[in-house]
Formats: sequence, C-alpha cells, structure tokens
Amino acid sequence: MVVQALKDQGVDTVFGYPGGAVLPIYDEIFQQNGIRHFLVRHEQGAVHAAEGYARSTGKPGVVLVTSGPGATNAVTGLTDALLDSIPLVVLTGQVPTFMIGSDAFQEADTVGITRPCTKHNWLVKDTDALSGTLHEAFHVATTGRPGPVLIDIPKDVQFAEGEYTGPKAIKSHYTPKVKGDLDQITALVEAMETAEKPIFYTGGGVINSGPAASQLLRELVDSTGFPITSTLMGLGSYPASGDKWIGMLGMHGLYEANLAMHGCDLMINIGARFDDRITGKLDEFSPNSVKAHVDIDPSSINKVIHVDIPIVGDVAHVLEDILKVWKSRGRKTASAEVKSWWKQIEDWRAIRCLDYKNSEKTIKPQYALQRLQELTKTHDRYITTEVGQHQMWAAQYLGFEDPNRWMTSGGLGTMGYGFPASIGVQVAHPDALVINVAGEASWLMNMQEMGTAMQYHLPVKQFILNNERLGMVRQWQELLHGERYSSSWSEALPDFVKLAEAFGAKGIICSDPADLDDAIMEMITYDGPVLFDCLVEKHENCFPMIPSGKAHNEMLLGEAETQGVIDAKGSVLV
Amino acid sequence: MNALNIKQGATSHSAYNLRSTYGDENERHTLAIIVENQPGVLARVIGLFSGRGYNIESLTVSEIDHESHTSRITVATTGTPQVIDQIKAQLGRIVPVKDVHDLTVEGPSVERELALFKVAGTGDKRVEALRLADIFRANAVDSTLESFVFELTGTSEKIDAFAELMRPLGLVEMARTGVAALSRGQD
Ligand SMILES: Cc1cc2nc3c(=O)[nH]c(=O)nc-3n(C[C@H](O)[C@H](O)[C@H](O)COP(=O)(O)OP(=O)(O)OC[C@H]3O[C@@H](n4cnc5c(N)ncnc54)[C@H](O)[C@@H]3O)c2cc1C
Ligand SMILES: Cc1ncc(C[n+]2csc(CCOP(=O)(O)OP(=O)(O)O)c2C)c(N)n1
Repeated sequence: MVVQALKDQGVDTVFGYPGGAVLPIYDEIFQQNGIRHFLVRHEQGAVHAAEGYARSTGKPGVVLVTSGPGATNAVTGLTDALLDSIPLVVLTGQVPTFMIGSDAFQEADTVGITRPCTKHNWLVKDTDALSGTLHEAFHVATTGRPGPVLIDIPKDVQFAEGEYTGPKAIKSHYTPKVKGDLDQITALVEAMETAEKPIFYTGGGVINSGPAASQLLRELVDSTGFPITSTLMGLGSYPASGDKWIGMLGMHGLYEANLAMHGCDLMINIGARFDDRITGKLDEFSPNSVKAHVDIDPSSINKVIHVDIPIVGDVAHVLEDILKVWKSRGRKTASAEVKSWWKQIEDWRAIRCLDYKNSEKTIKPQYALQRLQELTKTHDRYITTEVGQHQMWAAQYLGFEDPNRWMTSGGLGTMGYGFPASIGVQVAHPDALVINVAGEASWLMNMQEMGTAMQYHLPVKQFILNNERLGMVRQWQELLHGERYSSSWSEALPDFVKLAEAFGAKGIICSDPADLDDAIMEMITYDGPVLFDCLVEKHENCFPMIPSGKAHNEMLLGEAETQGVIDAKGSVLV
Repeated sequence: MNALNIKQGATSHSAYNLRSTYGDENERHTLAIIVENQPGVLARVIGLFSGRGYNIESLTVSEIDHESHTSRITVATTGTPQVIDQIKAQLGRIVPVKDVHDLTVEGPSVERELALFKVAGTGDKRVEALRLADIFRANAVDSTLESFVFELTGTSEKIDAFAELMRPLGLVEMARTGVAALSRGQD
C-alpha cells in the first residue's frame, strides 16, 4: 500500500536504509520495478541525498528508514530541510502498535523527537488511514512554504490489509494563500515608480516557487533596471552574468551588495527571510528605506525587521501581478535617479572586494574556484557544498545562471551535507556534471557515502579545498579569540587518494597552481566518482566579512583590518 | 522618498535580543486556537511556546465539536505587540490549527475561570471565610466541621483576589481550570 501511494504521487526514487521495523515495505519494494531504491550508508546521508534530489528537481525527496536509530539518525537532515524549506517525505518504521510505550527493541518516540524538526508529522495507527495520510503528507510537504514531513508507520500497520484511497480523494484544510493582496501590490508598484535607490533582495523563496518565478523575476528586474542581490539560498534565480546582478549579500557578501542594501530607499524583499547573516546589527539595518516583503509564510513577515509593505503570497503569483500592475500604469521608474544610483554602485564595485593576493607557489582557495568556474561553466553543471570557508568562496567565485543548480546548507549549516546531497543530485540528473565543493573536515563527516556513489555508478566529483584546518572556525578564533586555535586543526587526515582507491574510486591530489587546470580537467573527464584533494593555502581568510554585531557599512575587506574588530558584545553572537 | 507616507522601516532591536521591549510595552492577550483534534496537537502548541521562548500564563483545552474533531485551546500570553503577532503567525503555521483568534483585539470578550479552594479552620476564621465566600458568590461544594471546599467562577483577577483573602483564613489547597474565553455578541 505504501509503494502504491508513492507511485500515485509520482515518486520513482527513494533513498533509504532498511531495518526490522520497515521490512514489510522493503519487501514490497523488492517485488516491483516502478520505484528505485538507493541504499545509502547512513540515514543522515539518505536525508541529505533526498534534499539534493529535491532542490535540484523541485520535486519532493522521499526517504525510508527504520525505527529507533534509523529515525534518530535522520534528525539532522530533517532539521536541515526545515530551516532551508526543502520538501521531503520521510517514512519511518515503528514497533507494532501493541508494543508502543513498552521500551520495545528499537523503539523511539519518533513523532515526539521529530515534532520540532518537521513541518508536520503523523503516527499512523490504523491501516485504513495509511494511504490518505501519505497523500496528505505530500500535500503538506509541497504546499505553501515547503518543508520536511514524517510518517511513522508501526510494523503491524504495514502488514495489515486496509482500504486504499487514491490521491484525488484527499481533502486537506491546509491551503495557504498564494495570491498577494492587490492593494499592497499597488502600493509596492507606486513605491517602485518613485524610488531613487531601489534594490531587489531575493532569496530561497524564489527557488521554492519554481522556475516560472525565476523567469518573472528576470523580466521584472530587466525591465525596471533595478539592481538585484540575493541571499546564499537564492543564487541562480537571477543569472550571475546578468547586468543587473550585484552579487550575494550578507556576512560574506559583496561590498557593493551590502552597501546598496544599507543605502537604498526602497528594498524589495522577494522570498528571503531577513536572516541574521543578512541583517547584521538590526538597528542599523538599512536605516532609510521603505521595505516591501513578499513571502508565503505570514510568520516570516515582521519577524525580525518591520516592513512597510507586507505581501503574503507565492513569489510567482505575486511577481506576475506586480508586472501586470506596473505595466498597466505605464512602466514608470525614476530613471534619472536610478541611473545615478547605479553610478554609486559602480563606485563601490570598483573597490573589487573579491580581489585576493594570488601566489605562484601555493594554490589559493579562491584561485582554485576561479579555475573550477572557468573550466566547468559551459557544462550542464550542478554544485553542492559542505559548510565552512569553502562554501562561502564557492558562493563568491562560482557563477550561477539558473535556479536549482546550487545546493547548500544555509540555515542549519550542516557539515556533511554536501557529499550525500551531490549523490541525490546525480541520481536526479545522471548525465550532468555534479561537483561537491568541500572542506576536508566537512567531507569526512559523511565520507561513508563513497560506497553509495560506487554502488550506483554515480560519477560525483568531490572537490576538497584541503587547508588541514576547520577553516571557518579557525578564522573566527583568529578574529575573536586572540589566535588561540583551540581544536581547529584537522589532524591525522587520511591520504585522500588512497582513501578513494580503497572504495574503488579515483583519487587526485594537486598542490601546485601550475598543475591545477590539468588536474581539474582530469576530474571532469573521468567517468566515475572522483575525490580531488586540492591542497590549498592553510591560513587564508574569507573576505569580505561583516563581523558579528556590526552593520553593513562596517565591513572588513582584507587582512589589514582584522585586529580587534569584534567587541565583547559581538563575540557572544554566532 | 516618502511619497507614500508609509512609516520608515528600521526597528530598534538588536539581532540577538529580538524580543527586547524597547519602546513597546508588554501586553496580555487571550488567544483562542481552533484545532483539529488529532494526537499530539496540544504538544505542538505547547512546544511552539517553549521552543520559541513565549510565555504561557494560562492554558485550557477541550474538545468542542465531536463530529468535526475540533478542539479549542485558550491561551493567555504576554508579549510586545510584535511578539504577539509572531505568536499568532507561528500558531497559524501548525498544520492542524484551523484558526487563531485574538480575543483581546477582536472586540469585547468574556473570560471566565473556575477555581476550587479548600479552607480549613474553626471559630472566627471559619465564619469569616464563609462570609467572604458569600460576598464573592462562591458556593460551598463540600463541608466538614473543620473545612470547606468553595467553588468560584469569575475573571482571573477575581479568583486571585479571593485566594488572597482566604490565605490568612486557612487556605489549604486550590485548583483552577485556566481561562475559557469567548467573544461577546452574536458571532
Ligand atoms: C557559514 C555560513 C555563512 C553564511 N553566510 C551567509 C552570507 O554571507 N549571506 C547569505 O545570504 N547567507 C549566508 N548564509 C546562509 C544563511 O544562514 C541563511 O540560510 C540564508 O541567508 C537564508 O536565505 P533566505 O533569506 O533566502 O531564506 P530561505 O531560508 O531560503 O527561506 C525562504 C523564505 O522564502 C519563503 N518562501 C518559501 N517558498 C515561497 C514561495 N513559494 N513564495 C514566497 N515565499 C516563499 C519562506 O517562507 C522563507 O521566508 C550562511 C550560512 C553559513 C552556514
Ligand atoms: C555538524 C557541524 N558541526 C560543527 C559545525 C561548526 N563549523 C562550521 S564551519 C566548520 C569548519 C569546517 O571545516 P572544513 O570543512 O574543513 O571547511 P573550511 O572552513 O576549512 O573550508 C565547523 C567546525 C558545523 N557547521 N556543523
């Protein structure tokens, strides 16, 4: 029955790991062909793989794991998906209903444990309710603000015969509003017509809303001529090569993007959530702007920043209406003023905040990514990342032209996300070039998934910027803790080439900038999983950086400015 | 630019002190949360308050429509206006929550609580307790020669006041239901 419901939901791919409490479902899977099951090596890997699958396709990712330890291993992935609004349907086995509460073998209170880290969850005690619950689960995961849901299914419920209901019969009262309020939209258009220093601040919500949203966004940006910046989660919704693009904003965002946010008079937030990596010091956040905010989740609006023009609705629907209203009122903008605003932005851009001191002897991580960008940009390419400095450099130095091609753990910042996510992406796009930009420490957190990549011939490329440090932690210790590098050395590292070979994969090591291009080409052209150990400068810092507790216009650009920058009040922040 | 006459946006809180009360006062609001009566729904509501650091001053819950599996949770909470709005929006995100009413702002409402008081004593104190109970229109629902159990319905303030008076007169124990509330008028 479970398999039937999945098929009726259009599912053809499941990531999972078996165990006693889900054997009946695994037995069903064994006896059919429509659904492919990918056996991961750890349940956390299953959830991240499903996240990669979901983010790169726009479809929900599906996970199947056993009770007890299977379910608890999935918790990090669920929390990650909740914070990044990724639609997942996770099925867990549970001990039989008559044993629940008896501390049975591999019993855990899965719905209790996962209640705060799912959008919603269910314990199904009655087989007749099973198919309906499954269909509702897909509805909840994918409707409104997407998120992970979990269904806990006791073993006796899996075995029992029950009534099957198809997806059509399901009525759910959960129907979030998608159309924005027209008065508010008109208010926004009025503001756009007179704004002298407007800026689009876009986020993951544009990706969540689907490809049409990115198309409409491009149309609106290009026809108004306003500058656009995006959060880490929204990269690709407007092309990095587009001429209105001013780069990512935030703690490690570009100088011009952050100063434009600080100095704008109209901020148009589309599907972003005023995260603390963006706002910095709240009372100095963009002090002179009128703020509009388009978000499907009413709780995102006025949560952190008070906005003047709140618009609750789906990005694509709202953008369509904004365009309609703006066009019908004669496509007006204060073009002369906007032109001088661009002049100002160009001046900021002239600072060239991403410049760094290159070296002929050691590979600078920024250089490695610039070369990776040059050598892969014409490919059908998908990028995932782990968490740390390499993640920020990847966001800064790689260019994303389309949505759904950039998978990273933003909200939770989960080290160990990138490798399994790259596996999920490759499963969804078998012929694409899928690269996980990694740090050596993060990569080790889910390295067992190399077995999965080998088993299913998934040619994922693991591009490790190996600085032999927990680089991001080390950077903070340098700036905040008097260069006392407490436990931020990656010690006793394995020989990554041998490690790759032990799994039957290809290992490449590179330490000389002169060899880098050839080594990258070797990685790209190899037909199979590659572990690329790129030995980079060990103490490089990631700039620009807005130190914790500072405002956008107090950004650090380079090494010289880093002494004593974070005061005692800032140092309690994360 | 302010052609629109909308007030400017920046807030005055610091990022890590989102719930600071700079400028705005704490308010007490009574929320009626209409939920689908499924297992765990109360845990979700309570978990939201504890997980996000909101206050619960009083909480009552009971099924109100068996046919449609609907329950009503009444919560009295305090917070700045921004926090109260956030609480309502967060409650609205919980999937089995059908509706959230803020009775404090949606027009006049009635709020009642029921409490039971056990008061033990003899002589003057006993007489005084009974006299006060009469003034408060509390009923004696149990009596022995040395004790009473009074039942009192009213606003939370009235119940607080009665408890204060009973304390020196031999209050042994009390139990209160928490607030139940409805808006006034026909709808
Ligand atoms: C080490 C590290 C450093 C970081 N530094 C930065 C940084 O410098 N800059 C940066 O930008 N980020 C940074 N991040 C990421 C940051 O923590 C947040 O994850 C990110 O900024 C949030 O992106 P977002 O605002 O686009 O929101 P998301 O988390 O993507 O949320 C999407 C928003 O859109 C809404 N939404 C969803 N679907 C729809 C729809 N269909 N229609 C309308 N609205 C919808 C949601 O309700 C939500 O409010 C960093 C992360 C790490 C780990
Ligand atoms: C699971 C988990 N544990 C701890 C952290 C805290 N943390 C953030 S970045 C980082 C260091 C990452 O090191 P590495 O993967 O080598 O990347 P680098 O910063 O060196 O590029 C740590 C420990 C985290 N984000 N996730």
